[in-house]
Amino acid sequence: MAMIMAKRRVRFTFPQSLITEPLIYNLGRKFEIVTNIRRADVRDNMGWVLLELEGDEDEIARGLEWMRGAGVRVDPITGDLIEG
Amino acid sequence: MSHVKCLSCRECGSEYAVEPLYVCDFCFGPLEVSYDYDGIARSVSRERIAKGPPTMWRYHDLLPVDADTALDMSTGFTPLVRAKNLGRLLGLNNLYIKNDSVNPTFSFKDRVVSVASAKALEFEFDTLACASTGNLAGSVSAHGAKAGMKTMVFFPSDLERGKILGAGIYGATLVAVDGTYDQVNRLCSELADNHRWAFVNINMRPFYSEGSKTLAYEVAEQLGWRAPDVCVVPGASGSLFTKIWKGLNELADLGLIDSAHTKMHIAQAEGCSPIVSAYDEDTPHVRPVTPDTIAKSLAIGNPADGFYSIKTIGASGGSAVAAPEDEIVEGISLLAETEGIFTETAGGVVISGLRALARQGKIKPDDLTVAYITGNGLKTQEVVESVVDPVFTTPDYDDFMSSLATREERNGKRG
Repeated sequence: MAMIMAKRRVRFTFPQSLITEPLIYNLGRKFEIVTNIRRADVRDNMGWVLLELEGDEDEIARGLEWMRGAGVRVDPITGDLIEG
Repeated sequence: MSHVKCLSCRECGSEYAVEPLYVCDFCFGPLEVSYDYDGIARSVSRERIAKGPPTMWRYHDLLPVDADTALDMSTGFTPLVRAKNLGRLLGLNNLYIKNDSVNPTFSFKDRVVSVASAKALEFEFDTLACASTGNLAGSVSAHGAKAGMKTMVFFPSDLERGKILGAGIYGATLVAVDGTYDQVNRLCSELADNHRWAFVNINMRPFYSEGSKTLAYEVAEQLGWRAPDVCVVPGASGSLFTKIWKGLNELADLGLIDSAHTKMHIAQAEGCSPIVSAYDEDTPHVRPVTPDTIAKSLAIGNPADGFYSIKTIGASGGSAVAAPEDEIVEGISLLAETEGIFTETAGGVVISGLRALARQGKIKPDDLTVAYITGNGLKTQEVVESVVDPVFTTPDYDDFMSSLATREERNGKRG
């Protein structure tokens, strides 16, 4: 199948239990994804990271699913887009 | 001519041309409209505003749209009502209700969509779009119809059909997405990046959100050009809250009011209160939540302006308050039964929050207080169905008097 290269901008929110885990490093190791961090804030009880992911579209989808499975919340960098 | 200078990043200050952009390419911070305030100061005055139309466009000098392209659907300049009855109950002697439920599509969203759709026309978009489960969908569809634009409204497919009727009636293309809330979010984000459509709260967001400032301008003008001592504002994305504060500060900087001394209080529903949680934990970082509230119009679990809302609370000396879910309907009834204003669940959250703030002493009895009511009760009739409990009678005089007496006895003479 043809690769469709894509860029995705996402926000990861880490619960307290995962703050010290090298999850973004592992995301780049386990999947063919380039991770490019732009802004972050990591505290003792939570952390968030804004980053751009570059790679095959399906690979990015698989990588994000893996992050969710690990317990990380994945959102668009714009926050919720559906409004009441 | 508008007085817009550029778009600038709220985080790193990078500047961008006035285009349909919304995120800083460098730090991914949100972009905001920057104005030439010296130019505005030279042209704006109380007199000039007073000569403008009786709509939000009387403040066009302070909006990012050229006046001659503005899409005026008679939005705004809604009533500011002195709420003596409700005030008496809550122990507030100077309480006002800003009743924004009487806009063309019955919510404050007409303000933001008016600006976004006018800007979309300036940018020569032919399609106006949004993802919405209610008020925003109706407003976008109505403005699209008025502007002669195509309109696309996205929503999760499990949404009740009635919720989206207020958009379909204007001829919008309704897109029911078979997916979760998060998947609809993602799809719309991708569509906004890849199609030349004006998504009002995505690629039009810097302009769209400026429309909320008119809720500050109007209240100040209606009070005789002064800022309230206290504002209570419903919180979803936090954008409305931060823009009312921005609007008051602009008026003060331009010398149109003496000072922006207002304490800004944000009210969220307990079942979706990420901004209140951050405030209570004394952190500027808002942890996303999964909404579980009857106040659907405030159900934003990951608020785009949460961080800036916390900053606004800090800068103004305000606070954040969560309305318990079981007090939201009570808030709706309280406003209806004291002031004759029927609001939706978001308004119930505001009134419940207002009552809590008064009880806690965070609002003093003589504070000039404005509570913002942003949506019409006809939108969420299902939560107040229990009020339909008529007195049953035959068309016989004595039977009616007897039935009425029974009811009055049951209600303790309340009738």
